[in-house]
Amino acid sequence: MNTAIEQRKKRTPLMEVLFRLKKSPLAMAGLLVVILLVVVALFANVLAPYSYSKQHLTHMFEGPSKNFLLGTDEFGRDILSRLIYGARISLMVGFIAVSIALLAGGVLGAISGYYGGWIDNAIMRVMDVLLSIPQTLLAIAIAASLGPGLFNLMIAVGVSSMPQYARIVRSSVLSIRGMEFIEAAHAVGSSDMRIIFKHILPNSMAPIIVQATLGVAFAILNAAGLSFIGLGIQPPYPEWGAMLSGGRQYIRDYPHLTLYPGLAIMITILALNFLGDGLRDALDPKLKR
Amino acid sequence: MLRYVVRRILFLIPVFLGVTFCVFTLLYLTPGDPARMVLGDLATEKAVQEFRDKEGLNDPFLVQFGSYVYKAATKGDIGRSYITKRPVMEEILTAFPYTIKLSALSMLISILIGIPCGILSAIRQYSIFDVVTMIFAMIGLSMPVFWLGLLLILLFSVQLHWLPSSGFDTWQAMILPSLALSAQAISIITRMTRSSMLEVIRADYIRTARAKGQKESVVIWVHALYNALIPVVTVCGLQFGVLLAGAILTESIFAIPGIGRLMVESIKMRDYPVVQGGVLFVAITFSLVNLFVDLVYAYLDPRIKAQYK
Amino acid sequence: MKPTAKNDRIPAPEERLLLEIRDLVIHYETDDGTVHAVENLDLRLRRGETLGFVGETGAGKTTTALGIMRLIPSPPGVIKSGKILFEGEDLLEKSEAEMRAIRGDKIAMIFQDPMTSLNPVMTMGKQIAEVVRLHRKVSEKEALAIAGDMLELVGIPRERIHEYPHQFSGGMKQRVVIAIALVCDPSLLIADEPTTALDVTIQAQVLNLMKKLKQQFSASMILITHDMGIVADICDTVAIMYAGRVVEYADKASLFTCPVHPYTVGLFDSVPDLEDDKEELNVIPGLMPDPMDLPQGCTFHPRCRFAVETCRLEKPAMKEVAPGHFVACPVRAKMLREHPEQNAGNEGEN
Repeated sequence: MNTAIEQRKKRTPLMEVLFRLKKSPLAMAGLLVVILLVVVALFANVLAPYSYSKQHLTHMFEGPSKNFLLGTDEFGRDILSRLIYGARISLMVGFIAVSIALLAGGVLGAISGYYGGWIDNAIMRVMDVLLSIPQTLLAIAIAASLGPGLFNLMIAVGVSSMPQYARIVRSSVLSIRGMEFIEAAHAVGSSDMRIIFKHILPNSMAPIIVQATLGVAFAILNAAGLSFIGLGIQPPYPEWGAMLSGGRQYIRDYPHLTLYPGLAIMITILALNFLGDGLRDALDPKLKR
Repeated sequence: MLRYVVRRILFLIPVFLGVTFCVFTLLYLTPGDPARMVLGDLATEKAVQEFRDKEGLNDPFLVQFGSYVYKAATKGDIGRSYITKRPVMEEILTAFPYTIKLSALSMLISILIGIPCGILSAIRQYSIFDVVTMIFAMIGLSMPVFWLGLLLILLFSVQLHWLPSSGFDTWQAMILPSLALSAQAISIITRMTRSSMLEVIRADYIRTARAKGQKESVVIWVHALYNALIPVVTVCGLQFGVLLAGAILTESIFAIPGIGRLMVESIKMRDYPVVQGGVLFVAITFSLVNLFVDLVYAYLDPRIKAQYK
Repeated sequence: MKPTAKNDRIPAPEERLLLEIRDLVIHYETDDGTVHAVENLDLRLRRGETLGFVGETGAGKTTTALGIMRLIPSPPGVIKSGKILFEGEDLLEKSEAEMRAIRGDKIAMIFQDPMTSLNPVMTMGKQIAEVVRLHRKVSEKEALAIAGDMLELVGIPRERIHEYPHQFSGGMKQRVVIAIALVCDPSLLIADEPTTALDVTIQAQVLNLMKKLKQQFSASMILITHDMGIVADICDTVAIMYAGRVVEYADKASLFTCPVHPYTVGLFDSVPDLEDDKEELNVIPGLMPDPMDLPQGCTFHPRCRFAVETCRLEKPAMKEVAPGHFVACPVRAKMLREHPEQNAGNEGEN
């Protein structure tokens, strides 16, 4: 009993988080699915039975069979292969878009919170304006003016979610800035940049990690939506939203064209959401109970 | 309170200007010459130049922006469609009622389902009801609106033939689109209500109410609920924005002639003035809704109301 | 662990017990283990008396108080066993409806933090009137009138009845909380560190108000505190709590002149003495045990300089060392019997 308690006290914060995360089966399932998806995305070319663009013109609109496990689409392309390559695109869009948002929003938020005054005011008013446009709409507006394409899609999704990260980072910087160890760092003559990057950002990681996890989910959803209305990835690239959009006109006769891509999106988002929720509870046990 | 209202309305002006600036800049940066778009590929270079002069397209950026804002504010003129040549305002006003109806109906559904589910989940934390509700909420949160829409069409229109798969003029036609659109908002409002309620239930003043000998039902439904719903009001306001944006996708699935479909069509045709107008209109609607929500919030919460007495 | 002679329990008629707690056990059953918040606690309170309930943070004082109110948050809290006799009836056997009739009427509680104890969206008047209407057959208007009287009694102008908590200062809020507690004229008032969250200057005012009103309403009071100064100021008897148990129980004079339990002695030693020139305070070595993992035997033995082998093995019972003075430490009790001249308490031991 005594040793168990000592062990509990000895755990590092990261181990503590993992320990608490392990207690939530849903979060663990989410983590597992996310890892699986990353593996699938990384090894798409090994795992996919066919190329994503190979057209089997004698096998159009086929249902699931031994050769084509999830059937084929309107050009006779293997849906499973396209879904596997689609994972690569969706995850890439999700992660890179969030990285863009995190980097841009994080730097703006950190500067805003750290310096305060008119700089803070100017940055946050611009963020307020961006926040007054619904996020999906902002992404649509940006994507519409940039034009379609993978890179533009990531920019559109990333920039449209930037203000949230700016706000989160700003408020954690504000709450940490006043603490004594930051004053101590000032007192020993650390530079502003050093204080921000060495002391403040690491200490505001918890809410950022949670937001980023949920953010990847939202980015994937948003990107699929943009592709669905023709603003994202262009054919023949197998983005899930674009696949849905392509299959939708055949929904009456060949629903499997829309069923599987949608399911892929949903499972991915669901896994990321469960993971994000679990992480939030694990990182901030106060919120739970 | 009046001072607060006036202040909040005045605060909208810079927000509108900022939004207009963002949207205008985006359009300005879009590749392609608007004059060419309007006149077509066959127009002579001279005609294009004349058009550019007449429309002020050769002016500096800020002058163009100023004249756009001036025309929008005084005459409600936000440009003309490249394709139909009709004023953008006219196109939008024809489509707008559909979008508002769809969003408002979905909002209503979300509130009516989300808040009771959230409350029940919280007061029966860890019960079967709570677990099932939370899992459904998570699924709803993860469901792409365009996919859910297609699934609903597949089930209720294609398979069962119960409900129409397009249009928005009869009440039957309204069911599927509003359901598809509200799924996410229901989930978010349920989750928010639950966590807000859970937090309030543990508050000291709830213990005080119990220590007075108050009945548990009054403790929950009077003391806790009022306090728990205050933050939910804000979330509902934010969700309205999400619904407005989601309507864009929903309308294109169910062939509803609202702003969303107008925008999607315009994006495909590169009819940028209409896209710009649509974004602007939705953003302004969203700001107005948020203003309204903030006023409700201030009215409900004596702590805020008192600041502006 | 029960007092030695059965006779000790039966009081003379003129000092009838208002409250008697016997062998109370309250646990919090969490994912990480069971927290032994209250272990075999005995306590008694006579009518009209003010009992100081003293101990460190985490000793189980608030849990005991919530236990009396039957307001232990459950889950995870469970009252495992024991009796809480109030006016001769066991509160643990009452139904929830019967408890509701008692709460706020016969037993009222003042909580620690006035900033969060009041409903932020309800006017002060309504919050006081609520408890009146629950226990008295009066109309809303009459209840508000009573609330107004009560506000004046605690020193707040009647006009402020329509204001909200955020318009009041901390001290004023605590006055309102006191008004809520006293408005139904309770026979037992439990005050859980009522002044800890307040400014030092306000503390004295609030304490004086409580002292005055307690007299006026002829209520008995349990005052939870860790401040010996407050105990000396307003209490009649004192119970010292350590790791879920009462380790010493005596009237104030007896306890202050002759503390017996080593923990009590340590508590007195750690109070700074203005007349003494000592540079350092005497602190009790070690920390309170983890309530999930209490030591065997006497829970204080790992920190006790008098500990002997039996302390490690047996839970000490409460013994009466002087009339009305009970201690759960056989070692010190024996020392005292054999060397009564050491009665002077703390000084001699160091």
